[in-house]
Amino acid sequence: MNTQALRFVPASEFKERAAAAVADEHLRHSFRGAMDFLIGKRAAQFPDPVALEQQRALAEHIRKYSLARLPDLLEQLERKLTENGIQVHWAADPEQANRIIIDIARRHSTRLMVKGKSMVSEEIELNHAMADAGMEALESDMGEYIVQLDGEKPSHIIMPAIHKTKQEIARLFAERVPGAGYTESVDELIGIGRAVLREKFMSADIGLSGVNFAVAETGTLCLVENEGNGRMCTTVPDVHIAITGIEKVVEKLEHVPPLFGLLTRSATGQAITTYFNMISGPRRPGEKDGPREMHLVLVDNGRTQAYSDEQLRSTLQCIRCGACMNHCPVYTRIGGHAYGTTYPGPIGEIISPHMLGLAATHVLPTASSLCGACGEVCPVRIPIPDLLIRLRGEAQHDERPGHFPMLGQGAAKSRVIDAIWAGWAALYTRPALYRAFGWLATRFRALTPPMQSGWTVSRTPLKPAGQTLHERMAARKRP
Amino acid sequence: MSDRDDILQRLRAAPRGKAPLLPDVSAFHAALAAGMPASTPAARRTLFCEKMAFWHGEVVRVTHDSWPEKLRELCLAKGVRSLLCGERHAVALRGAGIEGLKTYDRPLEEWKAELFQNIEAGLTSTRGGIAETGTLIIWPDASEPRLLSLVPPIHFALLDARQIYDNLFTAMSEQGWSAGMPTNALLVSGPSKTADIQVTLAYGAHGPKELIVLLLVDEEELA
Repeated sequence: MNTQALRFVPASEFKERAAAAVADEHLRHSFRGAMDFLIGKRAAQFPDPVALEQQRALAEHIRKYSLARLPDLLEQLERKLTENGIQVHWAADPEQANRIIIDIARRHSTRLMVKGKSMVSEEIELNHAMADAGMEALESDMGEYIVQLDGEKPSHIIMPAIHKTKQEIARLFAERVPGAGYTESVDELIGIGRAVLREKFMSADIGLSGVNFAVAETGTLCLVENEGNGRMCTTVPDVHIAITGIEKVVEKLEHVPPLFGLLTRSATGQAITTYFNMISGPRRPGEKDGPREMHLVLVDNGRTQAYSDEQLRSTLQCIRCGACMNHCPVYTRIGGHAYGTTYPGPIGEIISPHMLGLAATHVLPTASSLCGACGEVCPVRIPIPDLLIRLRGEAQHDERPGHFPMLGQGAAKSRVIDAIWAGWAALYTRPALYRAFGWLATRFRALTPPMQSGWTVSRTPLKPAGQTLHERMAARKRP
Repeated sequence: MSDRDDILQRLRAAPRGKAPLLPDVSAFHAALAAGMPASTPAARRTLFCEKMAFWHGEVVRVTHDSWPEKLRELCLAKGVRSLLCGERHAVALRGAGIEGLKTYDRPLEEWKAELFQNIEAGLTSTRGGIAETGTLIIWPDASEPRLLSLVPPIHFALLDARQIYDNLFTAMSEQGWSAGMPTNALLVSGPSKTADIQVTLAYGAHGPKELIVLLLVDEEELA
């Protein structure tokens, strides 16, 4: 079986991949169908727009409150978890996070790690690091299992295998799963995955999971899922490692229900998921199951950069529902793989620059028509379009007073573009120059070049009119 | 400097705008409840059953005296040859003469393969239900371990009809969860499921394929 992890491809080739994806009729059909389905399911959960706004306001308030107190809450969380018998680790970057996990795995002579769905583990490319260290890391969420079996990466944060048809999955299982025949029945395909993975849950040495909410006051890690694989990973193996970004902490248990209610409704249009798993410690004396050892790895990986600026900090309000991508006209047309980053779609466009730097990602914030759908559906009201504009700017200019330089600050700066903007500013601030330019541009319009860089790739060339607007208005007033 | 200190220092160095006030989740729910008809136990029960059916969970009404007998009938009807229970209900169930009854009385390591391969159904208690979403509240403990509600393909859950709350927030505040959480607390809404293949819903992904709620009601109500 193929459990080799693939590395993410550089985001700098985004335009080439997007062009290829747009030309793939089958892929576009898959995404359009799935996104329309999810959009419809979400809308059905929010019949009352006034009530929805009240819920969003509360959820935004909870997230902003939690972020405002983030360093204190992280320390409180660490204290409570430690009291509860959970070991807490901190990792500034993916290398450190992988090192922590691999050290724990080695200490337990691990051969197999089963994984519940965790986007942070994708972010640090844990599967690859585990393979390099000679240990197997197996995805157990059905969608993640399917993409891993095919040597791919998830194309959606909630529905990882959304780009695949059941025929493709049928062929994949028949080829790669020992003893599995060819079947296109979804129930039978799920049955095959269930049988294979139940064996793995039993034999795994370590279970790894993500975290949806970490509650500081009680030291509780909450996991949201439908399948039950998350519960398997966190209960059957002797060791459980949870991994999460530092922004997932909330202060009180009562802060969870409003966020949880919006998360599942926004993500898949479900009022609640099958399981909500609240873990507050390893097996206690007398208990008969549950891991004997538990760890939490808190990962920064660029989040403190977003935090250091009051506007960019709102990026960290995200609860990873994926509604922004479901509603994004660009995502729907190009799919998740074109972005080349762990997090695709609008949330990926605003979070990836902090994780990977603007040099590698400055093209991502431009993959938006700024239609505003993402900001409108965001359950915690992240002003995504504003952040896209801000990041486009940060990629174009040097550091400015008032905030720390971003990783890759000014990476997309170009002398030609700077010169054009300087010329533009000069024209529009000097009336005489403006009129002279207008006169020249209209009289010599025959000289307009037919090829106009990126504009004419898919549009007809721009050509000035024969007269300026000033001249035409003046002519209308005359009689 | 350790990664921990480094991260905390960077967070503390960030500009602090006006700090938001503590969110008042309780006031939010009070305002919501004020706009709705008063919640009654009967209405909560009806809503719970409706929502549980939506999640493909079955609800069977039973009484405090008769439920072991009813469970025996259900096991027979479903062809269950091995039922796993916790120590809490072992005596009552043995009294009902359920065939293939087993008690989860050993640490997992001593019988992992048997649990995964030879157990067809499990019975757990619940700490209550949630009407709004059709949800069971399960707090596993030493008597009823965590996997009792996960590994067996059929999950029977005993729910006292008087313990159904309006929503998750009222359940956690009225039961005082924040005063002390167990090592593992669970909300369960229906059997395990997935839509990961072409958004087609399939039940029995990794956990139980069937969920049957034994709803404890008074003798008169059953008649």
